Amino acid sequence: MKNNQFDFAVIGAGVSGAWIAYELSKYTAKTCLIEKENDVAMGATKANSAIIHAGYDPVPGTLMAKLNIRGNELVRKLCKKMDIPFRQIGSLVIALTEEDEAKIRELYERGLQNGVDGLRILNKTETLSLEPNLSPEVRGALFAETAGVCSSFEMSCAPAEVAENNGVELIRNFKVENIRINGEYTVLVSSSGQTVSARTVINAAGVHADEIAKLFGDDSFIITPRKGEYSILDNNCGDLVHHVIFQPPVKFGKGILVSQTVDGNIIVGPTAENIDDKENKATTFEGQLTAFEGARRSVPSVSERDVITSFTGIRPIGGKGDFIIGFSDFNNRLFNVAGIESPGLTAGPAIGEYVVEKIAESGFEFVAKENFDNNRKVIRFKDLSDDEKNKIIAQNPLYGRVICRCETVTEGEIADSVTRGAGARDMDGVKRRVRAGMGRCQGGFCGPRVMEIIARELDIPMSEVTKFGGASRMTEKEMI
Amino acid sequence: MKMNVNVAVIGGGPAGLAAALECRKNGIDNILVIERDKQLGGILNQCIHPGFGLHVFGEELTGPEYAQRYIDMLSDTDIKTLTDTMVLSLTPQKVIRAVNTSLGVVEIHSKAVILAMGCRERTRGMLRIPGTRPAGIYTAGTAQRLVNIEGLMPGKNTVILGSGDIGLIMARRMTLEGAKVSGVYEIMPKSGGLKRNIVQCLNDFGIPLHLSKTAVEIHGRERIEGITVAAVDENLSPIKGTEEYVECDTLLLSVGLIPENELSRGAGILIDPKTKGPVCESGFETSVPGIFACGNVYKVYDLVDNVTKDSVLAGRYAAEYIRSKSE
Repeated sequence: MKNNQFDFAVIGAGVSGAWIAYELSKYTAKTCLIEKENDVAMGATKANSAIIHAGYDPVPGTLMAKLNIRGNELVRKLCKKMDIPFRQIGSLVIALTEEDEAKIRELYERGLQNGVDGLRILNKTETLSLEPNLSPEVRGALFAETAGVCSSFEMSCAPAEVAENNGVELIRNFKVENIRINGEYTVLVSSSGQTVSARTVINAAGVHADEIAKLFGDDSFIITPRKGEYSILDNNCGDLVHHVIFQPPVKFGKGILVSQTVDGNIIVGPTAENIDDKENKATTFEGQLTAFEGARRSVPSVSERDVITSFTGIRPIGGKGDFIIGFSDFNNRLFNVAGIESPGLTAGPAIGEYVVEKIAESGFEFVAKENFDNNRKVIRFKDLSDDEKNKIIAQNPLYGRVICRCETVTEGEIADSVTRGAGARDMDGVKRRVRAGMGRCQGGFCGPRVMEIIARELDIPMSEVTKFGGASRMTEKEMI
Repeated sequence: MKMNVNVAVIGGGPAGLAAALECRKNGIDNILVIERDKQLGGILNQCIHPGFGLHVFGEELTGPEYAQRYIDMLSDTDIKTLTDTMVLSLTPQKVIRAVNTSLGVVEIHSKAVILAMGCRERTRGMLRIPGTRPAGIYTAGTAQRLVNIEGLMPGKNTVILGSGDIGLIMARRMTLEGAKVSGVYEIMPKSGGLKRNIVQCLNDFGIPLHLSKTAVEIHGRERIEGITVAAVDENLSPIKGTEEYVECDTLLLSVGLIPENELSRGAGILIDPKTKGPVCESGFETSVPGIFACGNVYKVYDLVDNVTKDSVLAGRYAAEYIRSKSE
């Protein structure tokens, strides 16, 4: 930490925090983005459905509805500009019963009220011709053209990178444990005794947002962790469905979906279970069973046999039926961005905009930077033409060496993911950014080589490389 | 860049090397072996234990020694090699696109192709073992590479799930490097590994083999701290009430191998859903004429000597195919 006094300290580098930092980096105010883990996108951001929602689901008039619609618009624009993987594949909420049919009509009406474009009710024939692998029980569907799938990882890596490139300081491994007041500054104290001071603290701490608020004397909300289990299927099942397939929403969320991922795998999940332990990301036998049984109601041929990996995400449920965004009523040094459950990923960019708008309304004078630059380009070797491949290899031969064979990821891409702004620091960080180890062999072949590249680029011994920071060391310290 | 060859062999492990050499012996020239690693030899390079070559050479060799015999034979011929080169795609017309750091993308037109890409290991994700996702869980082959090639120890207190040969070999290897191996857990009522490996790698070191038991949960947040194991019934389902906790900081998986047929699928080659290898009617020729398969990409073998024997035949049939085409 070069000079640890800031105008704004954003706590939490998930999708909300990263987009808030991105938005603040447009202005001359000094901002830092504080993350308790070794990388950005380590909480709910890394383990969700990665769906960009159209916006027919939230209750009209809520902040959720407003930011979902605006977020969807911004995502479609910014993903191009910032090279974030996104495909607008459209979504279907399918009706399997008469009751479901009523529900999708209700969603359709709600969507119109919220201002969602491109909504249509499809009959059985239309639905099945779009998605032949759906259950023959299907009676129709709500089609939403503006829905899509994205890389939820890059939805926070990219804005964090742009923010860092435009002057925001990213501070990793800083778990805020205490605060003290020092004149107009609030001093944030980490679990290891480090300090960062800021005039305004923006609390985007995800499942831990209520604990941060409490440090400021704000106990106006409680975050309930809601666990959701998912599985990812081999990309050779990618043709199972071509849209996001939802069932009508249930009490605990949007229900179990089956969808293509942005990379062409199939995702199944999530379950929904409120739990006590905010860090309990274990998968369970029962959870996996529930996810697949649910998924098979929509797509009967989905099979556990094709699973390449499973994971659990923890969603931060705010309990107010809406996002909690605004200055704390208890302490005007604190700005809460809490309870960012679904559609939080979609809303991300809009949350960033909204937060700056609200802070400006409070009287803070933002001065725009002249040289703000949000252009971002990532080389994805696999997607290049042969000519483009040859050109990049001539510039940097490391792009000619494929390290991850399952996902065709080159040494050049892996090295770049470490050295670029807000870059990877560990195995999972590389995996999330460039997909090395994300495929069917799950890093069996490329793992040791990725360790070698990380060690080289960070100039650390190979034995210091971790899976995701902290004590998650890949090997023993001593060489044989 | 474009190349024209008579035979392109994809994979420079024991299968590819034996097939290429046999092709050459049968009078075919202009043969190219494409290998993704920097050295030829494939997975044998990390198999530094003895036990190879008893059938082919009548003596016991280590993996690297066995591989070196073929690398030496190859260097006495005019067979070309491209190492550090990854094949990106293969078409039914036998056009290969490959890439490396010096040539960029190379398009290789070949009269016959021999697939020898080997296999991959089944992972924790495929087994769907519930629990957390900490560091310290490796497939046995990955651990073998870390120990034997990189000189890194995966951990100190190891449990091995599955009793495939690589797992058994790694039980001994980890022990010799000073780690504790508290046990091997096998879901089946008997081990799929070679008898000699059970004797030499487990019994000789007092490592217990627990049959009809499997892992039902993984524990630990950052680094693995232990697993819950349970006995299984005749349907291989865990039996409630038999769970026990086994402490460990490393879990190695040796739970099966799968032929690597993504390139084959891309070329429209029919894959046997059971063996996961190409359907070969006769003579190791796949459903696409002129494309042959041998070694672990065709089916998973126990012994490299048998890989060599079959790959020699595949090489011979590929040579016959070329001759019949040019007549």
